[in-house]
Amino acid sequence: MSNLKRLTLWLGAGLVAIVVLAAVVSLFWTPFDPTLVRPANRLQPPGWPHVLGTDGFGIDMASRLMAGARICLLVGIIAVAIAAVIGVPLGVFAGMSKNWVSSLVLRATDILYAFPALLLAILLAATFGGSTWTAMTAIGIASIPAFTRMARAATLQVMASEYVLAARSSGTSRMGIAVRHVAPNIGPVIGVQASVSFGIAILAEAALSYLGLGTPPQTPTWGRMLKDAQVFVFSGDPLVAVLPGLAIAGAVLGFNLLGDGLRDLLDPRLRESTVRAEQGR
Amino acid sequence: MALRIATRVAAFLGSVLVASILIFIVTSALPGDVAQVILGTNADPAAVEALRQRHGLDRPLPVQYLDWLFGMFVGDFGHSYLTGQSVISRISPAIGVTLSLVLGGMLFAVLFAIPMGMIAAIRRRHASGALASALSQIGLAIPAFWAGLMLVYLFAVNLGWLPANGYIRFGNDPGRWARHLVLPVLSLAIVQGSVLSRYVRSAIIEVLGEDWIRTARAIGWTKWGALIRHGLRNASLSVVTVLGLQLATLFVGAIVIESVFALPGLGSVLLAAVAQRDLMIVQGTVMLLVLAVLVINALVDLSYLALDPRLRSRR
Repeated sequence: MSNLKRLTLWLGAGLVAIVVLAAVVSLFWTPFDPTLVRPANRLQPPGWPHVLGTDGFGIDMASRLMAGARICLLVGIIAVAIAAVIGVPLGVFAGMSKNWVSSLVLRATDILYAFPALLLAILLAATFGGSTWTAMTAIGIASIPAFTRMARAATLQVMASEYVLAARSSGTSRMGIAVRHVAPNIGPVIGVQASVSFGIAILAEAALSYLGLGTPPQTPTWGRMLKDAQVFVFSGDPLVAVLPGLAIAGAVLGFNLLGDGLRDLLDPRLRESTVRAEQGR
Repeated sequence: MALRIATRVAAFLGSVLVASILIFIVTSALPGDVAQVILGTNADPAAVEALRQRHGLDRPLPVQYLDWLFGMFVGDFGHSYLTGQSVISRISPAIGVTLSLVLGGMLFAVLFAIPMGMIAAIRRRHASGALASALSQIGLAIPAFWAGLMLVYLFAVNLGWLPANGYIRFGNDPGRWARHLVLPVLSLAIVQGSVLSRYVRSAIIEVLGEDWIRTARAIGWTKWGALIRHGLRNASLSVVTVLGLQLATLFVGAIVIESVFALPGLGSVLLAAVAQRDLMIVQGTVMLLVLAVLVINALVDLSYLALDPRLRSRR
């Protein structure tokens, strides 16, 4: 592993660690109440006691950013879990099935490609009203095809190996092969995909909160902070919009780099990130 | 060849059918009475009953679905529950706005991605190549709407060169139309171009390893010359495919960008309809967007078939 690649991995892991740390600490402690509105205190520049300043409501920026990391991680975790739990078994099934079954599964998941997370979220929000749940569900469902494709490709590779041939000729059942040989071998690939999908989920969640289709306004989220900051950008006070944007970009960059680094670490033969951008932000 | 086209068309029709069922199921999943929800719990029962009658909401769901599906064949995507306006007449003034944004975004994304991707590929062992890769990595992580806000601050608020938001119809004043589109198009293009440049990079790296590039170098072409003369055309096939597939992303990106710049496009129609819970407008507009994406994907597939003779003989 070259130095550059090692740097990628550590930079990614570091950024992700900062986000996780901020979220965990915010559960117990934030410098100020991240929802406390104090109009007299609005738009303070960074200093003391407000290290990163205050926003247009007079809420402490650092506290609101820390609390925002929670929703960002929550949505990422649930969305990736939904996508992996549905997408991976589908992909393994497709990879182990006859040609026509396999292409049927692929076609079915391909249809989902025409439904980016945002469109699904709009549908769900129109029907049920927007919430963190509709956002997570929409992002999760929209991420299924990526997992299915990766899992299928990896499964095909495993199925062509000699140890699977040996297992089959010694009478191991298909289920046995799936559990004992396929699952452990496709694990790393799925891990990489999970990291990449996490980044996509963060971007999608930010867009949904910004549009008011996700988490309700009272809960601190980075996307909502940008929405609230918009009016101050127009009036020449950009700092309130710079910080949440940097937080989002930093978190996404972290998960993307982590994914890239893991891919190189686990399997140098895997092709350079073409998996990444395949679906929506 | 004919068989492949027939299979592709059948798959397309199947996808449209499944997509329409999915959309219908989601918008019909509302617990309780749709008419009551739209008009609110305090609404006059007679008004609720009238709305139900007018839109046939008292019929069984499969009947409602088939009615909507067959309506679409004759260009009727449904009518607003609130105003009775048809989906088509509601969104037709908005389509032009979104299309200008999407096509402009795509054009600038390509203009940005090809040189960036080429530099990142050819000079990948040098600092400039690494810088190009790093820039695209950063561009990938930035939310497009944030890029939009920052561009507004820089070019509209601070420098005053361009308008911060709003839209002028092309027919009214082409110059001002273009000026109003610069910032939204750029915010889309920065992000989309970063994504695309990574595909360009891997396509070029692949091409650089080909024998015919070595041959071109051997007869005296420079690296860049060989690449521009022979490589780009070959790399373009896969890039064009990706471009087609990215259209869905661009449409969605446009929805968010429209919200930043207050552009009266499809996104604003959708968001307004969501706020009013005008389910039919949402259902019809989403269906049209999904249909557009499916049509484009099918066309990309077919054009691939036309462009690459090797694919034609295979079944």
